[in-house]
Amino acid sequence: MRRIIVCIKQVPETDKIGIKQEKGTLIRENIENIMNPYDKNALEEALIIKDKFDAEVIVITMGPPQAVDVLKEAISMGADEGVLINDEAFSGSDTLATSKVLAAAINKIADYSIIFCGQKAIDGGTAQVGPQIAELLNLPQVTNVKDIKIKGNKLEIVKATEDGAYLLETETPILLTTTTEINNPRSPTMMGINKAYGENGNKRISILSGKDLNINPKEVGLEGSPTNIYDFCMSKKSKTSEMIEGNKAKEKASILINKLSELNYI
Amino acid sequence: MNFEFNEKQKMIIKNARDLAENYLLPGVIERDETSTFPMDGYKKLGQLGFIGLPYSSEYGGSDAGYLEYVLAVEEIAKVDASLAIAYSVATSLYGGPIADYGTEEQKKKYLPPVLSGDSLGAFNLTEPNAGSDAAGVITRAEKKGDHYLLNGLKCFSTNGPLADYFFVVASTDSEQKTRGLSGFIVEKSFPGVTIGKVDNKMGIRSAQVSEVIFNDVMVPEENLILEEGKGFFLAMKALDGGRMGVAAQALGIAEGAYELARKYLMEREQFGKPLYRNQYLSFKMAELNIKIEQAKLLLYKAACDKDAGRSYTTSAAKAKYACTNLAMEVTTEAVQMHGGNGYMREYHVERMMRDAKITQIYEGTNEIQKLIVSGGLFR
Repeated sequence: MRRIIVCIKQVPETDKIGIKQEKGTLIRENIENIMNPYDKNALEEALIIKDKFDAEVIVITMGPPQAVDVLKEAISMGADEGVLINDEAFSGSDTLATSKVLAAAINKIADYSIIFCGQKAIDGGTAQVGPQIAELLNLPQVTNVKDIKIKGNKLEIVKATEDGAYLLETETPILLTTTTEINNPRSPTMMGINKAYGENGNKRISILSGKDLNINPKEVGLEGSPTNIYDFCMSKKSKTSEMIEGNKAKEKASILINKLSELNYI
Repeated sequence: MNFEFNEKQKMIIKNARDLAENYLLPGVIERDETSTFPMDGYKKLGQLGFIGLPYSSEYGGSDAGYLEYVLAVEEIAKVDASLAIAYSVATSLYGGPIADYGTEEQKKKYLPPVLSGDSLGAFNLTEPNAGSDAAGVITRAEKKGDHYLLNGLKCFSTNGPLADYFFVVASTDSEQKTRGLSGFIVEKSFPGVTIGKVDNKMGIRSAQVSEVIFNDVMVPEENLILEEGKGFFLAMKALDGGRMGVAAQALGIAEGAYELARKYLMEREQFGKPLYRNQYLSFKMAELNIKIEQAKLLLYKAACDKDAGRSYTTSAAKAKYACTNLAMEVTTEAVQMHGGNGYMREYHVERMMRDAKITQIYEGTNEIQKLIVSGGLFR
């Protein structure tokens, strides 16, 4: 294991965002931007490998200048370097355009063994960027990884599925997306915080623009994004209740069990 | 004057808050009920570098300052005031005299195990007849060749039952009163050190507080800090620092209770509207909000004084007085705003009210803080 690249994203803390019911708009006041929690599992897995095999861990993110915060947080946790990919031309990029930018940056960094991505982001929730990067880089990929064992040059991977798991053996280089059950992300230590925010902290961060990556501005941003959002609306929550009639508790309970069973709840 | 935290301080706050919410909040009510110390949480504080925040990395510290340290204690205390005082005692009261006045050997030997969270440190000044009046200390340290023979009983020792290391103030010259007191580092492993009664307390119930008894304990002379007669000075300096820890603990308790009350006032509806739409309650919250800000500024000022190398005895006393009285007021109001629910364990605020009381008492009662402040007024 030489170099591991982890793609991370800065997202609004969506679980603290309220929604104005009447208009369906977001209440963004006092909402902080955080590292996408799913990406922390990806980073942690990279750091576990770093601890064992002394690999170099580079975190990359595409975003506005303030996205440097998540790179520094990642360095506090133990990453070696951070790369911010920032360009006005990127704003409005959908998952495809974003994947193109990240793939170009990964190509430039080069010499990697594993690329880790989180399963999805808590804001968009598409789970598309990881797989698209792999396709663009012509790399093998395994999504929803819940366990990794490194055996020489080979990886033994457990991929979670809805009703079970696959045990796979693969080689590097490869792109992996992680589940939340794969590990418990570590907290930053003060040693890491000093590394990220101390005098030399900024030397660990590099910034790349579209020009640095030879990206055609027409292929990214709004223009390069085939996804269009026509409208969005609030999901309707409705509650209905049904009283179960019967003479005895036992009878009512068996009716309830039948109903729950019909609905596949039990 | 700049009232903005820098990026590093923001990260320290976030890290402490995450630790408090994710590791300390689960089980905090049960730990209070059963007086169980959160040892895992304490060790985690050490592993992440919180306990050594204001000290040099040469001795296992984190190369930050007192401001960073009080910010961390504040965040921990919002959730678990018991752990916050254990932390503060280890950092300020045990670590302070060694880091500020110890020899190189003392610092290298006795700071790293406590700052790493592997061991706890405690501070032993108080005795049954020596509370605010340290001149009443009768624990004796008698010089015998290359060591001192320590005999006596200390009480109300926070971390006492768990600590491996103690900073102990004992009399080396009983005719000299406070000028006859000296400060020593004592290891629990020294023969003759035993733990006496473990106290059953009103609040901070999961912190462990006890008597510590010294019976013919041989303390090597190299464990004396500074020289004989400096014990009172060392204790007072340690308490100047410790007061900021207590102030941060109290501020955290106040903020924790305030936030629970704020949420409750938005959720709870009576007479067809949420409670906060009653001006009496929203104005009361505005008052508490202003008082929290006042106390916070006093505390951060005191910490900045210490970090800048200015005198901080008076500013720490002011911060301790303001923050601890604030904690008592805010928690009492928070219980009242919660109504009957506030009196019940599961709503947290009754615990915070019990925890708040001790902050007005220990590490110098608030009457002593007024003595310190008034002492400088009429010169």
